[in-house]
Amino acid sequence: MARIDLDLAHAYRPNPQRDEDYALLPLKMTFRDGGAYALLGPSGCGKTTLLNIISGLVTPSQGTVSFDGVDMTSKTPQQRNIAQVFQFPVIYDTMTVAENLAFPLRNRGVAPDRIRQRVGQIAEMLEMSGQLDRRASGLAADAKQKISLGRGLVREDVSAVLFDEPLTVIDPHLKWQLRRKLKQIHHELKLTLVYVTHDQVEALTFAEEVVVMTRGRAVQVGSADALFERPAHTFVGHFIGSPGMNFLPARWANGLEVAGRPLAGPAPSALSSAGEFKLGVRPEYVTITTPDAPGALPAVVSMVQDVGTYWLVTAKAGEAVLRARLGPDAEPPKVGDTAWLGVLGTHTCFYNRNEELIA
Amino acid sequence: MQLTLENLGKQVGPTPYLYPMNLSLVPGAVTVLLGATQAGKTTLMRLMAGLDKPSEGTVRVDGVDVTGVPVRQRNVAMVYQQFINYPSMTVFDNIASPLKLRGEDGIDARVRSLAARLHIEPFLQRLPAELSGGQQQRVALARALAKNAPLMLLDEPLVNLDYKLREGLREELTHLFAAGDSTVVYATTEPTEALLLGGYTAVLDAGELLQYGPTAEVFHRPQSIRVARAFSDPPMNLVPARTDDRGITLPSGTVMPMAGLAASDVTVGLRASALRVAERPGDLALRGKVELAEISGSDTFVHVETAEGELVAQLTGVHRFELGEGVTLYVNPAQVYVFDPAGALLRAPVARSA
Repeated sequence: MARIDLDLAHAYRPNPQRDEDYALLPLKMTFRDGGAYALLGPSGCGKTTLLNIISGLVTPSQGTVSFDGVDMTSKTPQQRNIAQVFQFPVIYDTMTVAENLAFPLRNRGVAPDRIRQRVGQIAEMLEMSGQLDRRASGLAADAKQKISLGRGLVREDVSAVLFDEPLTVIDPHLKWQLRRKLKQIHHELKLTLVYVTHDQVEALTFAEEVVVMTRGRAVQVGSADALFERPAHTFVGHFIGSPGMNFLPARWANGLEVAGRPLAGPAPSALSSAGEFKLGVRPEYVTITTPDAPGALPAVVSMVQDVGTYWLVTAKAGEAVLRARLGPDAEPPKVGDTAWLGVLGTHTCFYNRNEELIA
Repeated sequence: MQLTLENLGKQVGPTPYLYPMNLSLVPGAVTVLLGATQAGKTTLMRLMAGLDKPSEGTVRVDGVDVTGVPVRQRNVAMVYQQFINYPSMTVFDNIASPLKLRGEDGIDARVRSLAARLHIEPFLQRLPAELSGGQQQRVALARALAKNAPLMLLDEPLVNLDYKLREGLREELTHLFAAGDSTVVYATTEPTEALLLGGYTAVLDAGELLQYGPTAEVFHRPQSIRVARAFSDPPMNLVPARTDDRGITLPSGTVMPMAGLAASDVTVGLRASALRVAERPGDLALRGKVELAEISGSDTFVHVETAEGELVAQLTGVHRFELGEGVTLYVNPAQVYVFDPAGALLRAPVARSA
């Protein structure tokens, strides 16, 4: 297992000038030895390019990739000693499950005793011990993908295991079980794992740290908790959570002004020199309060939805749309009412014109 | 427009695709067809549209029998899962096509206003292939809306989009449906989507219509375990139990006090959202071990192995749990569902006012 350091950028065409020319904007990042990471973002954000750079399928147009301090930039995937798991099962149909799992080890000349032991261990973790002697061809798609996962995890000497949306073919009802398996396996084997996905549940559940990407930029690296509570960029606030964070126009004019109104209440001192900025507050943290309460704005309720497990209230404060998620026991306001919505609290974030967190 | 299905069924060879059903859709509102894949949603929509003929029963539009009338002679708009547009026509011509076909006036203004509402105005002169998947589906939706048909059928229109795109487009659709007076039928496999669309929901399972009513009401008062299963995400926790004059005895022997129950084997249903980690007065405590915490951002779904079986709890926000960690879940007995041995609802939590 290895620590992976990236200090690079990538453009698919020569002489990149503007940000749009880059598939990956300059980034500097370290993946801890034995850590579990996810690369998360919408299609076209650069996450697969980043994964391919780590594996060696793509050479970055500038900068370096190093494993445990050794420069690997020009090395092939084989030389880097990387295991990969793809979206669709990559297995030998004519072999048994055991032979499939043993293949990466046999290829490397591992002793038969050790192979048997390791295959047994991986099969047990994946709950495939009973199927070891079955031919892979007769298995369902998700069982085949489990074999692919096992083949990726079977070698102990790899630098890292890379996953490219590995649960795409898995039935939704089985997904959580495989997520649990992957987490348990990471726990037991302490492998360095990098996992690419556009699914926030998958990323947040699997990884210790999630790299959120948009338009070639890694905008935040953090735990699920940090991404939810303190998004470093408005994109993270928007992308994580459903619905995402609310953003309201704000500025400092002898005090905090939000959506065109002075807002009483404790405001971070850093804002006094910020000029124009945005206030960000998650629907989970918007409260319904009393008229003129500190930190509250009047907003006209435009929609109230009973989403079964909670109420979703949509309201307009000036031109800005705000959503509030209220517990099932709450008494929601009525459409057309003016509700006073509390937006200022310990969970409130502020963003500058570059969409970055300032307070 | 009043769409009524009378004893409508569909059989292909010896296989029943849809068991005979009666359904009178609320005119001018959205009806969600909710069910897993293979539940019969698409089959039912094709019968509603006149794309297929039923094996038995009658389809009525405003009281008139239209059962044998082909789709071309009906005024129906459809949107499918796949992004279907005319590949050689510009976005403008795609949206305008149903209007041109009918030789209507003011086509330009109508196309532009629809394109603006669906945020595709900048692309009017492009070909569909030059757009992203989300934009292509917006074109298909705009064309269907341009038709201004009294009946609009949408078959999982957002299923092939990223979840963030889905979120935005679903909200716009909710507004567009509310603004128009078409009767809308919208098929989905996702309970949350049904709840966000609101309106009315018809729950389908294995070719059977199980329940029809206002969406929130069907969710809060499912008539059977089958409806509860189809209309819960994460799945409703189902625990085999026994009732007597003391209340409900759970598998571990724990008794949930409840009055007025006859002695019987029952199934207790616990919504994931009714399980909490913070205790409140009157709660029942269920101790267990964490199997996994799935984090979606807005919610954390904790799978817990307990003496009552495996339970899933839905907690708001991000919560960290170690695998194997001990945890106690709390539930208010007033929040449980009870189903009889045949699976019919005996007791539901008191409904809230909408």
